[in-house]
Amino acid sequence: MNQIPALVRVFAYLSLLTVGGGMAAFPEMKVLTVDVHKWLTFQQLIHLYSVGQMAPGPNMMMIVPIGQWAGGFLGAAAVLLAFFGPTAILAYIVARGWKKLEKWPWRTSIQQGLAPVSIGLLLAGCFTMAKGAITGAETAAISVGVLLILMRYKINPALLVLAGALIGLLSFMPK
Amino acid sequence: MSDAAAKPTGAAASSVADQGRVSIGQIFLEFLIIGGTSFGGVVPYLRGSLVTKRRWIDDKEFVEMLSISQSLPGLNATNMAILVGEKLRGALGSIVAVIGICLPGAVLMYAVGVFYRIHGDHVWVTAALKGVAAAAVGLILSTVVSLSKKSLEGKFDFFFMALTVIAVNRLHLGVPRTLIGVGILAILFHRPRKSQKESVAQ
Repeated sequence: MNQIPALVRVFAYLSLLTVGGGMAAFPEMKVLTVDVHKWLTFQQLIHLYSVGQMAPGPNMMMIVPIGQWAGGFLGAAAVLLAFFGPTAILAYIVARGWKKLEKWPWRTSIQQGLAPVSIGLLLAGCFTMAKGAITGAETAAISVGVLLILMRYKINPALLVLAGALIGLLSFMPK
Repeated sequence: MSDAAAKPTGAAASSVADQGRVSIGQIFLEFLIIGGTSFGGVVPYLRGSLVTKRRWIDDKEFVEMLSISQSLPGLNATNMAILVGEKLRGALGSIVAVIGICLPGAVLMYAVGVFYRIHGDHVWVTAALKGVAAAAVGLILSTVVSLSKKSLEGKFDFFFMALTVIAVNRLHLGVPRTLIGVGILAILFHRPRKSQKESVAQ
């Protein structure tokens, strides 16, 4: 069955939810890609998202493999266009109009109001992901460790995710 | 206002003078490099490249564009590419900037997806990914902490944040309804007030 129209619909919709970052759309992405369309499992979604944090560039490139699995090369291209197209057009329109809005007092209100909501969405996405990623004391310790190191030291987060892979290899390999 | 504008005059003058000469190819190449090297978060790389190295925009513009990017749907990285591309060369500039910043990561993740599909079941891949996923959760939490420190003011902002989490994770209202519902509440709470007008104008 041709999945491309569904891929386009889902990812265009998800892109509009990414206020403040890609993670904001994660709970909805889980429902649509895993539960509704069954393009991948929850574990696979978590794996792709996490590996995606090590890739350079915008941190939601993990959508590419989802498109590729469901619809081949065309699926990957369709997902990219659907996910980045609508928000790009919106950003372009705002870029042209924003100067005129400089004196509009609600502009600051919108920015101040959306800040706590976007952080809340990020945290909600994080909890959704933690349900699948934190499975015991070891994984919880890795998460807390990464959090504490990042709060204390200025270190490239991609390196810590890589370190997570090493710790995972050492701790979770069946003996 | 005039004081703030006076400071970066030197940089601003050269950046304005350069603007006409930034070619579409240069924009594409610069964003391609950012897209291919920005491990661990795009924003510092964007600043280093666009403000410090190329001087296509000054620091004030950068902060301004970043705050616009953050309140729009879409990723910060791609929204920034659109805004900077638009400023430099209009629509075409936006298009090449966003393609440039996405291309390396997209190609890499395409390859990762193919590899993962074949080898994802191997015990060592599963073991490593278990660690990676746990580390990623820690990374997101640290982003939550640093963003909260930077942009939340007062207990009501924390209340709106908590309300968002509860609506999505406990009440299962879904992201769109939560975004619109709590968003409107929070925007109304931060509505323009007479006394604020002065500071808003600046």
